[in-house]
Amino acid sequence: MPVTVKTFTTSGEAAAALSSEREARYLGGGTLVMRALNEGDISISTVVRATDRALTHLDVASSRITIGAGVTFARVLAERELAFLHPVAGSIGGPAVRNMGTIGGNLFAPTPFGDFAVALLALDATVSVQGGYGARDAPIEEFLAGRDRLPRALVLSVSCQRPSNADAFRYRKLSRIKPKGGSVVTLAAHLPTSGGRVIGARIALGAMAAAPVRAKAAERALEGRVLDAASVSAAVAAATEGTSPVNDSLASAWYRREVVGVHLRRLLTGQV
Amino acid sequence: MAKTALQFRHNGRDVAVFVDGGANLLTTLRDAVGDMTPKFGCGQGGCGACTVLIDGDAHLACLTLAQTVEGRSVETLGGLKDGPNLHPLQRAFMEHFAAQCGYCTPGMLMAAKALLDHNPSPTRDEVVNAIAGNICRCTGYEPIINAVLAAASGGRARA
Amino acid sequence: MLELRKDIFADERDDNLKEIGKGTQRQDMLGHVTGASTYFNDHQLQGMLHLKVLRSPHAHARIRHIDTAEAERSSGVRRLIRGADVPRNLNTLLSLINFGKDDEPTLAVDKVRYKGEPVLAIVADSHREAFEAIGKVRVDYESLPAVFDVEEALKAGAPVVNETYPKNTFTYYDIYDHQKLRFGDVERGFASADHVLEQRYQMSPIEHAPTETNGSIAAPDTNGRYVVYTSTQALFFSLDTCAKILDVPSNTFHFIGGTVGGGFGGKVDTLTEPLAILGAMLTGRPVRYIFGREEEMQYGPPRGAERIYLKDGVMRDGRIVARKVRAYFDSGAYTRLSSYAAVKCAAHLPGPYTIPNVYGDIYCVFTNRTPATAMRGFGVTAMDFAIECQMDKLAHLVGMDPMEFRILNAYRDGDMKAHRREAKNTALIECVQVAAEKAKWPLREEFKRMSSRKDGGGPRAAVPATTVDSLAPARPSGQQRTPYDRAPQPAAEPQPPNPAPPPPVSPTPAPQPASHGAIRFSSVFGSRRR
Repeated sequence: MPVTVKTFTTSGEAAAALSSEREARYLGGGTLVMRALNEGDISISTVVRATDRALTHLDVASSRITIGAGVTFARVLAERELAFLHPVAGSIGGPAVRNMGTIGGNLFAPTPFGDFAVALLALDATVSVQGGYGARDAPIEEFLAGRDRLPRALVLSVSCQRPSNADAFRYRKLSRIKPKGGSVVTLAAHLPTSGGRVIGARIALGAMAAAPVRAKAAERALEGRVLDAASVSAAVAAATEGTSPVNDSLASAWYRREVVGVHLRRLLTGQV
Repeated sequence: MAKTALQFRHNGRDVAVFVDGGANLLTTLRDAVGDMTPKFGCGQGGCGACTVLIDGDAHLACLTLAQTVEGRSVETLGGLKDGPNLHPLQRAFMEHFAAQCGYCTPGMLMAAKALLDHNPSPTRDEVVNAIAGNICRCTGYEPIINAVLAAASGGRARA
Repeated sequence: MLELRKDIFADERDDNLKEIGKGTQRQDMLGHVTGASTYFNDHQLQGMLHLKVLRSPHAHARIRHIDTAEAERSSGVRRLIRGADVPRNLNTLLSLINFGKDDEPTLAVDKVRYKGEPVLAIVADSHREAFEAIGKVRVDYESLPAVFDVEEALKAGAPVVNETYPKNTFTYYDIYDHQKLRFGDVERGFASADHVLEQRYQMSPIEHAPTETNGSIAAPDTNGRYVVYTSTQALFFSLDTCAKILDVPSNTFHFIGGTVGGGFGGKVDTLTEPLAILGAMLTGRPVRYIFGREEEMQYGPPRGAERIYLKDGVMRDGRIVARKVRAYFDSGAYTRLSSYAAVKCAAHLPGPYTIPNVYGDIYCVFTNRTPATAMRGFGVTAMDFAIECQMDKLAHLVGMDPMEFRILNAYRDGDMKAHRREAKNTALIECVQVAAEKAKWPLREEFKRMSSRKDGGGPRAAVPATTVDSLAPARPSGQQRTPYDRAPQPAAEPQPPNPAPPPPVSPTPAPQPASHGAIRFSSVFGSRRR
């Protein structure tokens, strides 16, 4: 069947089209869907687009930030108020990919891609989705677990609390070539502190499973403790628990398991 | 297959073509418009050989749905020189031997143009970042970086 | 900064170097920076069709049945091409110079021997329609045990990859399953050595990853000929191979190469032209067959992997007295150029060093992997990697500086090489000396004074008594002629009852009838050009 492109002015209509056809995919920046079409993915017959301006809305004024699903990485990089996300956005692709790829699309990117989703997972983001029954919010962890389920949902925006201080949010990506490349392993951590102790630690890993995954055992090792040599070592020792990395052209599963702890240590100790 | 009309500005000229649903801009430029300068290297967004400027910003034509450039400006290597006169980037690439097989060159030049149009005096790191999305299998990148720095305004490199 | 060391070998030089050292502009540079350089795909042909192949998902399997009924009805499909449609569906690249047996089908018929092997081709109006039709083909495979390791492939009972070579090795001179080099007596050398070091080296297959993928466009031309635009690095190889596979005179084709968008050896196999041309012949329209990126990386041929066992005997004073090499070149499922790689590898032993006892066995092995091809010094570079790593280890073993160790063992003018040719115009010593100077690596005075032109020859010029392998198998009937030979068949040659074992490398060939271009390629047959 030839490919049909359907463009809608509202996200509601786009979401309805998306959920009514099994072979429909939503086109954000194109870096995922066009790639699939180029490589001969005949399971896509309809490409759904929406020109709804709400999808590119940015709300960065308050302590809760909201990023429209259609906002590109380049736009994030141009926004001073999102400086804490610049290392994340800047680690994705090259300049052209960043002009095209969207925050919403990155939630669906298969491993070893999806670095922004890793950061959002660490930030305990909420994903606003327009499914068959209207808009609803889903915690990102729940969203990621069901992202491949049909009928496909249309992501409208993501939101999260701004980190309390600059040091609380940390990000690190290991790639074969720099300054870009698919991920060998991606790490993001949100480590808010209270009275010097880590409260509500969240550590997210990319390329360590089919989708971004939380390193819950490592989080537990830090919870309520001061970030020192002992707690860091405990977290590092638990780094691979609950992960299931794959072999791909960038790294073997074995290698990913070997190095994730090394990079978690560097992330937690602030090493470059 | 039903085709869609598409009008856009190509290297300063208005063009109008008909495209299949799902067609990407690279195929459209090459087959429908007849501009062979952007190249196919991967279709995946990894090599950058198809880099073009859309409304002045670097994009990958192979991942761009053709219909999304309706009414917009698309620039390719084919339009870089000014009549018979080479663009400073083209002269600099020649002087610095910044090409061997030449296949990555169209994408490299457009990525470099996007950089210099926005940032006329880039640092070396900024040049490296600007071409980070373009793969070269021949030169080892150094001649390309040197050429872009040389072409930058004043030809002075900042550390 | 290019520095020209004319002081070295000054009295031998006759070089008023006018070009070397100057930056001379490439003749195609203007085309590159303006986008005018033409690659094979930069041609718009009216009514061009798109060819895609169905590839085997199995490394080794029998093809029981192919059902194309649904695919043939698929929208936009102009023609399906199967193995039976290919006029001569078995070929090997070097059959053009009578080297090797036809072993590779253009489209697999009874068996697939590597994952990704093309089974059939579909020519359709668009890429998308070609992909859709491919998805509708049903192939019934019977999976077979596969072998991926060169040494496993040589064990008794290993799966036979390629029935043309049932022992999983290429056959040299009809009867030998490897290339041999024998010089002196390595076992005596090892017995007399102060240290013996044996190491195993492995180099993986390496993907060329050119930015431009392999591809070609074939189109009917005005006078019953076909014009073919191709990415190939080897226009004449490709043209003649297509003439053979399609069973037409070579002047049927007008091959036009473009600027190659990165070859590095990965575009010397005739990968896409035969099917593109056949598609054009069968549809009467231009046909393009271009590899996608995944096809290029996974199914485009890589540099062949090599496994090398290197055993050296070395004296306390640093002299290497014996070198024994056993090397395996992983050709993948088909020969292509790997037979030649093994010859080059044997010819390279023992490296640029004078060693009085040398023994080499080089195998070209078939496995169920992607067939290998040329890449930048293939057959030689991996051996150098092994040799040079070994030289460092040997130097360390005897407590000698690795640069000085190389100077000590380097060949010098007048030395007899393991191939029974006199070393001439050697220069390794001077290269090491200059490298040490540039790296500020200290060398002792006596090593700085050594020279390629001193201390060679004399007793080092002798061919030592050489132990040869005991049993030479009986010689079967004469060299197989390839079907492509168009010269008349000669009468069968009388066979001597007990042939002397052949010299280790580059023997003079059995008299061959003059045939298609054979004699020019002396490196293969050993006939020497003066």
